[in-house]
Amino acid sequence: MDDIAQRCIDIIAKSKGLDPQSISLESSFDSLAIDSLDKINISFEVEEAFNIEIPDDALGSLKTVGDVVDGVRRLTSEPTA
Amino acid sequence: MHRVVVTGMGCVTPIGSSVAAMEESLAAGTSGISAFPPIAEAPASPGLRFTQTARVDGFDAREYLSSGTLSAADRTAQFAIVASRQAALQSQLTQHHAPQRIAVVLGCSTGGRSSEEAETAKLYTRDARLHPLSVVRTMANAGASHTSIDLGITGPVFTLSTACASGTHAIGMAFHMVRSGMVSAALAGGHEAPLTFGFLRAWDSMRVVSASRCRPFAADRDGMTLGEGAAVLALETLESAQARKATIFAEVVGFGMSADAHHITNPAASGAVAAIHAALADTGLPDAADRVGYINAHGTGTQANDATEATAIHQVFAERGARIPVSSTKSLHGHSIGATGAIEALATVLSLHHQTLPATAGVTAVDATLNLDVITGAPRKAAVELALSNSLAFGGINAVLALAAWRG
Repeated sequence: MDDIAQRCIDIIAKSKGLDPQSISLESSFDSLAIDSLDKINISFEVEEAFNIEIPDDALGSLKTVGDVVDGVRRLTSEPTA
Repeated sequence: MHRVVVTGMGCVTPIGSSVAAMEESLAAGTSGISAFPPIAEAPASPGLRFTQTARVDGFDAREYLSSGTLSAADRTAQFAIVASRQAALQSQLTQHHAPQRIAVVLGCSTGGRSSEEAETAKLYTRDARLHPLSVVRTMANAGASHTSIDLGITGPVFTLSTACASGTHAIGMAFHMVRSGMVSAALAGGHEAPLTFGFLRAWDSMRVVSASRCRPFAADRDGMTLGEGAAVLALETLESAQARKATIFAEVVGFGMSADAHHITNPAASGAVAAIHAALADTGLPDAADRVGYINAHGTGTQANDATEATAIHQVFAERGARIPVSSTKSLHGHSIGATGAIEALATVLSLHHQTLPATAGVTAVDATLNLDVITGAPRKAAVELALSNSLAFGGINAVLALAAWRG
């Protein structure tokens, strides 16, 4: 697992009070009991950690940990200016 | 008109995060006031003339709340949820009253102060993005709203803000709502978690905080001690409490409010007198004043408050004023602004229930010029029928509850 994936998992684990080992890229938000408030919080923490801004229309489509990691990869690989 | 009784209590305070723990502290005279640890946000020399506060140590909201609620709720709202749950659990009121017939009325003065300061500091010092839940963390009604969501209560839910009288006003308004039949039950109290660096510095600037710890009514008193916490009472009609054989801890019999219309910080005895008279009149008992056997004073420990409150007691009760036992439990749990009136109302309910009056801690010599029977040293056993809980707030706003022992 690369650095981006591990950092995303660590953020989710910290936010939910879970063991990072219990979270995989395939873990769905539902299976981790991530509610709408968790989702707002996790999105913010990810934005802070990677200095990115998740577009409004992307927030609703995040369903799994892998979705978050893919989104971060896209946003961090884009030219910033 | 319905009679209104207390069938449940909850609290998170510097002298205990359950009613049982608080009872123990009141009985033992255990103070929750101590030196505060270094403030992370403060410079090496924090510029404070005082070193002590009354904090709720060891409170871990993760024990009680989901991660989502945790991320949305400031410490003040967390206190409110936990205290409300305790009161609801003890009273079982959500099992016996329709959700739309229950009210939640809470007092809060400073809202989500720690969230507000933390986010504002980020913005002003490094133009950082703000947390998307900042608005709901800082709104003053968060405690009441979270409580309604947590317990599924759909009746009137609101927060009121009258500085140091907020918790008392909340209980008083909820009492009137239940008494009138607007609702059949209520969770009412106050919550506050204001102990941020900015808050401490603001109070320091007013020069009303004790250099050591508050000593209400003492000859050498030198100010108040700031605190935090929450307390909530479950109120319901006497009919419903008796029908379901609920334990009744006390009866709420009167509530009075007034404003000094005098000065934004300096209290006027006339306002306190008016509020006490209003609370006594609200009981409907022609001899209510003669029945008062205990006063849980506002008793902040400032020169101005304690002298003004003593004057008011003497004006209302005339020659009995010097003989009615008085104490200020702020000497144990500190002054938690919007929560303090509710914590003191809870202490008063416990006093009536156990017929034991808490002592004012830290007083070596009572100010003789006040001419009051201040309980010091150890709690006092007494046969008390009627008790008052006074709150005299900044802004010249006064609220007084009259509570009666339940001997049913």
